[in-house]
Amino acid sequence: MAARLSGGENRLVSLPLSRIRVIMKSSPEVSSINQDALFLTAKATELFVQYLASYSYKHGRGKEKNALTYSDLSHTAEECETFQFLADILPKKILASKYLKMLEKEKRGGELGKCDEEDDDEEDDDEAVDEAVGS
Amino acid sequence: MAERPEDLNLPNAVITRIIKEALPDGVNISKEARSAISRAASVFVLYATSCANNFAMKGKRKTLNAGDVLSAMEEMEFQRFIAPLKESLEVYRREQKGKKEARKDKDKKADSEEQDKSREDDNDDDDERMEEEEQNDEEEVDN
Repeated sequence: MAARLSGGENRLVSLPLSRIRVIMKSSPEVSSINQDALFLTAKATELFVQYLASYSYKHGRGKEKNALTYSDLSHTAEECETFQFLADILPKKILASKYLKMLEKEKRGGELGKCDEEDDDEEDDDEAVDEAVGS
Repeated sequence: MAERPEDLNLPNAVITRIIKEALPDGVNISKEARSAISRAASVFVLYATSCANNFAMKGKRKTLNAGDVLSAMEEMEFQRFIAPLKESLEVYRREQKGKKEARKDKDKKADSEEQDKSREDDNDDDDERMEEEEQNDEEEVDN
């Protein structure tokens, strides 16, 4: 958390405030942000990046190989409550063949309604499946 | 406003450096892990903004302030960030104040910035200038 020195000037935050502001303003309900709030959000994002990286490294399997991998991160998003909001953008990787088998099983077992968090009806389910397999 | 989707990304070089600072020396960070963390950071900004905005709305204010962001951290279960954030905010305010006064009159109040800790909230009009400065900094940082 030490201030970084660059060009003889104290740099409290390394992420560009202008970019942080663009991201903040991209949410439609936000009208204006004062300079302190902007600075704090940038700084918090830095802390977040460090926390996410070190947490995932400590709890991940890449540790033995001296590496931080994607699966360490998706594991964190899945396991740690605080990082749960990342689950959608850090999905667990899975082989397409395995996924298809899982679907087969689910169809037979008729358990499709199990994950009812965001699905309103079965059509939504089908869409989600297409996307996941295609990517 | 964001015109292109890339505008919502954070600079990779900076993100990578921040990650490296957090990990022991010599840890290899896969390319995929970098871009995943970068995406996560953008999502974090949006999540924090929306939480902070809820607090501002509750207070019937249109402008997000420091308190809103700190409350958002608590709500998001990132309480651990609050103490360090408050600390850097102190330093930041002092710095900003110093800059402002230096610009206003270079010789008049040269030594008062340290003692005077009262803050000014009307920083919004500084935004445009900050943006220019930040862009320069970004280039410096990428070296």
